[in-house]
Amino acid sequence: MQDLLYFFQQLINGLTIGSAYALIAIGYTMVYGIIGMINFAHGEIYMIGAYTALIAITGLATLGIAWLPVILIVALICAMIVSSTMGWAVERVAYRPVRGRHRLIPLISAIGMSIFLQNYVHLAQGSRNIGFPALIDGGFQFGSADSFQMSLSYMQITIFITTLICMTLLSLFISRSRTGRACRAVSQDIGMANLLGIDTNRIISATFVIGAALAAVAGLLLGMYYGSIDPLFGFIAGLKAFTAAVLGGIGSIPGAMLGGLILGVSESMTSGYLSGEYKDVVSFGLLILILLFKPTGLLGKPEVEKI
Amino acid sequence: MLEVQNLSMRFGGLLAVDGVSLDVKEREIVSIIGPNGAGKTTVFNCMSGFYKPSGGKILFEGQEVQGKPDYKISRLGMVRTFQHVRLFNNMTVVENLLVAQHRHLNTNLIAGLLKTPDYRERERKSLDRAAYWLERVGLMDLANREAGNLAYGQQRRLEIARCMVTEPKLLMLDEPAAGLNPAETKDLNQLIVSLKEDYCVSVVLIEHDMSLVMDISDRINVINQGRPLASGTPEEIRQNKDVIKAYLGEA
Repeated sequence: MQDLLYFFQQLINGLTIGSAYALIAIGYTMVYGIIGMINFAHGEIYMIGAYTALIAITGLATLGIAWLPVILIVALICAMIVSSTMGWAVERVAYRPVRGRHRLIPLISAIGMSIFLQNYVHLAQGSRNIGFPALIDGGFQFGSADSFQMSLSYMQITIFITTLICMTLLSLFISRSRTGRACRAVSQDIGMANLLGIDTNRIISATFVIGAALAAVAGLLLGMYYGSIDPLFGFIAGLKAFTAAVLGGIGSIPGAMLGGLILGVSESMTSGYLSGEYKDVVSFGLLILILLFKPTGLLGKPEVEKI
Repeated sequence: MLEVQNLSMRFGGLLAVDGVSLDVKEREIVSIIGPNGAGKTTVFNCMSGFYKPSGGKILFEGQEVQGKPDYKISRLGMVRTFQHVRLFNNMTVVENLLVAQHRHLNTNLIAGLLKTPDYRERERKSLDRAAYWLERVGLMDLANREAGNLAYGQQRRLEIARCMVTEPKLLMLDEPAAGLNPAETKDLNQLIVSLKEDYCVSVVLIEHDMSLVMDISDRINVINQGRPLASGTPEEIRQNKDVIKAYLGEA
């Protein structure tokens, strides 16, 4: 019974963190799906989302507003707006001018953008850890008090539900809306989409904006979950989310969701049963293993080279 | 309506197209023929904005379009197909037709959420148009199949339907009969003629299938090694000595 509770605890922790990874991974995978480049500044967009949310929360507290739903929704909206604007601007400034050149050039531009944004936040917000108020505390306890207790916090439930809502909205958007339909067309054949009169630049911008907005959601959620943020907050999470996207098959949106969950669970299982030190070893080992047997990732399309 | 004057296209040291002229009037089917490598597709690529021609002029309804980006040219009403079918394979047949009407649609997200009358009206119109063309090319039963799973001949017809929902004035077809069996070619033949007769579309056609070309063309331009060789009605071309020589070699 104890063991089972312990296992479920790890599973819950893993799914929580994994669903947040999935939210970030969507941004990587959508951009890759459409223009075939890795947006290395995406982790920073997520970090900026977390900072914006924190600033909004602090601002509301100063104004004396204490009703939790208002705080959360305002913080979420602010973070999404700022991150989306950033995502849009980064594409406009750093990627569009070099699009269509050799593959390495946008990649270097992306790395440059990532360094720039990270250092900008260092300067503007300081390099130290800043505490992030938990806002949502409490939760359910399972098991007897004198031995191991499994806990499911309200924060974890919030992360699950928010992620679920975001993923559902995204899937509906992609499959039903006109812009979503155009996104799919552009990702399949950008030249043809252009010829049919679709404004491909606008669709590409939309992709960056959507990815950034989802990253901002993840920024707020994980900021609250971890309890503190710093300018390097986006680096590791970005790397993990990128891994999740590759694991699930980069370019595939369901793949990013699956990849995030697998990565999160494997990390928490390693922390729980081996040691926290090994969690990155195991998750990247898993990545290597999956890529060895399925080079395009779990749900990736068989074509490797994108035209 | 379309006038190509003295078009030339140079790739490094290779002059792929040299002094080709061409004109297309309203409701006319004009074919470009010539041996393999003659530069037919290059002419198409210049006309549709894929290449920026090295010399010459392309006038569409009196407006110079040479060197303009491809999406601008297509918005003027010149739409093309490719030698290889380029459908959105992972999308359904009807989605292929809807996405082609993207720019006619109201994509405002808020209008979409509120389902404003304008939004619904345009949605309905685009669906009607898609349905009309599906019926017209005989793919209505397959509307919800993935385009990549259609038979080759059906994909060809879908491609033409996808061009037609954008309401073009001039359709450029690059080897539409390639890979079709004789029955399918016959259907295609009727379809192209009907585009001209019933929908007032001019057609520029590149094709190797001579029976098709001779059957439906109003005029034919022959290109050989990038240079214009002859032009005229199918009858004139059939009897032109230069053309016979270029196709069959010197006797």
